[in-house]
Amino acid sequence: MKEKILTNVRIIDPSQKMDEIGNIVIDEKGKIKSIGKKSGTSKSAEKIDLKGLVAIPGLVDMKAFVGEPGFEYKENFRTLSQAALAGGVTSIVTMPNTKPVIDNVSMVDFIIRRGRDKAKVNLFPCASITRQMEGNQMTEFGLLKARGIIGFSDVNKTIQNSELMSRIMNYASDIDVLIMQHAEDYELAKNSCINQGEVATRLGLQGVSDIAEKIIIERDLSLLSEFPCRYHINQISSKNSLNVIKKNKSNGIKFSTGVSINNLSLNQNDIGEFRTFLKLSPPLRSEEDRLSLIEGIKNDLINVIVSDHIPEDEESKRLPFAQAATGSIGIETLLSLSLELYHNESLPLEKIIKCLTINPAKVLKIDKGSLKEGSDADICIFDLEKPWVVKAEELKSKSKNTAIENRKLQGKVKMTLLQGEVVYSN
Amino acid sequence: MATEKKVTAIKNTPKHLLGIQNLSVLEAKKILTEAKSFIKLNRGSSKKLDVLRGKTQINLFFEPSTRTQSSFDLAGKRLGADVMTMNMGNSALKKGETLIDTAMTLNAMHPDIIVIRHQDSGAPNLLSQKVNCTVINAGDGRREHPTQALLDALTIINRKGNIEGLKIAICGDILHSRVARSNIYLMNMLGAEVNVIAPKTLMPKGIDNLGVKSFTDMKKGLDGCDIVMMLRLQNERMQGSFLPSKREYYEFFGLTPEKLKFAKKDALLMHPGPMNRGVEIDTKLADDINVSLVKEQVELGVAVRMACLKLYCK
Repeated sequence: MKEKILTNVRIIDPSQKMDEIGNIVIDEKGKIKSIGKKSGTSKSAEKIDLKGLVAIPGLVDMKAFVGEPGFEYKENFRTLSQAALAGGVTSIVTMPNTKPVIDNVSMVDFIIRRGRDKAKVNLFPCASITRQMEGNQMTEFGLLKARGIIGFSDVNKTIQNSELMSRIMNYASDIDVLIMQHAEDYELAKNSCINQGEVATRLGLQGVSDIAEKIIIERDLSLLSEFPCRYHINQISSKNSLNVIKKNKSNGIKFSTGVSINNLSLNQNDIGEFRTFLKLSPPLRSEEDRLSLIEGIKNDLINVIVSDHIPEDEESKRLPFAQAATGSIGIETLLSLSLELYHNESLPLEKIIKCLTINPAKVLKIDKGSLKEGSDADICIFDLEKPWVVKAEELKSKSKNTAIENRKLQGKVKMTLLQGEVVYSN
Repeated sequence: MATEKKVTAIKNTPKHLLGIQNLSVLEAKKILTEAKSFIKLNRGSSKKLDVLRGKTQINLFFEPSTRTQSSFDLAGKRLGADVMTMNMGNSALKKGETLIDTAMTLNAMHPDIIVIRHQDSGAPNLLSQKVNCTVINAGDGRREHPTQALLDALTIINRKGNIEGLKIAICGDILHSRVARSNIYLMNMLGAEVNVIAPKTLMPKGIDNLGVKSFTDMKKGLDGCDIVMMLRLQNERMQGSFLPSKREYYEFFGLTPEKLKFAKKDALLMHPGPMNRGVEIDTKLADDINVSLVKEQVELGVAVRMACLKLYCK
């Protein structure tokens, strides 16, 4: 590869507190050679002028579902990576709820090989916390980690058994693995498909109270004070949960938290008359909850924003609300929808980028999410102002179940680089 | 400015009757007025009209029903439609066919009206997006049962002359009840004051935002009421324990002659049926023709459904 130089670009890199207009020089190996306003130039280098655009580290999305194996009709490595790159995401943590479940070493080898062959993006696979995600027996954390598993998650399932959870934490603390919990008490959430409250009452749907989330977070954080391990709450959705998190953080308990961009940008009223693409887990809640989540990011109670990308085919969604599948796609619109929070003055730009780049990289302990000299040149370049309308059929995902169909957004990815190579541009 | 369109009370009657929530006051009143004209007809000896001659009506019932189903069946037949009733509880669904597929199959047979009852809230809405005939909701999950509310309104109007200014209590299993929800919307819309009374575990969250006052005490809730609507305890929808026992429920929430005295002297009693005698209502009270409107509700149900079929089928 030839040396590259990106010129006149506004560089925002929270990992080095940088927000300035300058150049980025990428060496032959695809690493950052120099960056910033003092960055040098080189005559032999290929020049790309990016005046008026913004360059940030490639996004790190901590929660996406790739259909392989078992659900290739919903998504595959190729379509997922195309969607990711079009959204400026260069590193993806993939979920293990495939068929079969990624809960053993041979499955890990398979997906790593498959991902390497088919995807042009950095993949970090997760394995399940428990075998078959059944919540009974822990998987081989040590062996799986050695084979390249980044962390452990039962995706949208929760470890209900407190004894098992305490043992998972105890065991994990010794070998430094990341445990990611989806917080929901099964009994309280039974048969529910929407937040409890007026909207649920009007639609005649079984609602779930935010206590179902809070009660698991409270339990886990109690256990965590006894067995300190690397613990991450995947998606927080309510004000009540944040209060618990605040209390525990101020008591010195160490853990990290995430939120889905959907819960930051939408609320339960958007469900309208049974729009199943907005059936999500955790569910969309009240406007008050949404605003509290934004505050949570401001106050560093929430560290990571994820897309919670869940591709579902039309057949799984064209059903009565209670029967329809849960989840929406979002990896391609993750950045643009996050930028909405900047344009409507909810959050500062630097904070948003931080939650999409260096913060998830730190939680995962990976060398990504930064444009420091010497790091991989995974770069997302976008136009901060460009207006556009989300059209499902134009999205690259194999499934088209976007929760924000026809939403008018401002800010769009222009170009994505992976290890110095331009892998997407429009 | 030069439009010569006739201005009628309701410009465009919407194609589907999915719920009271989607209805305007004018539309509701139009249905009730139309229904009144059918009461006499139904009491006469010759009950057949040919308003819907040549039209096909399919009753698609995914949940068992006696009175609603037979009521729609009769209503269609009395208007001259060809009526086919399908009990879906044990056929297509068990073979794995989805609601949409069933709908598309039926749609291919060119019906003019589909009357649907389904255990999932929102199923009629989904159906209405996929077929090109009229869809009438005969009860979906715990969301709406619009024709029940309309027949309740007609029954009240028949006895009390008007709904405006009345105080109506709805008591019992509000949480699982589509009848309660539709009645709350309709009675509010027609100018009544609505109280809901239920034990806390059977009271849905956010109910106060629907424009009602909620009570957990029959004495307070029934105070000054003109109409007492009792609801059936829907044991089949209850998963887990909502109440200690039926005996305890009857003690505090079952309607007895003593409890009825908390309401106005001339208060009337209604129940959408089927009744659990001795659970939510005292059996003698249920049959007391001086206070109970239960039989009249069933009678006027046919008239209301005839009105709906006539107005929505075009």
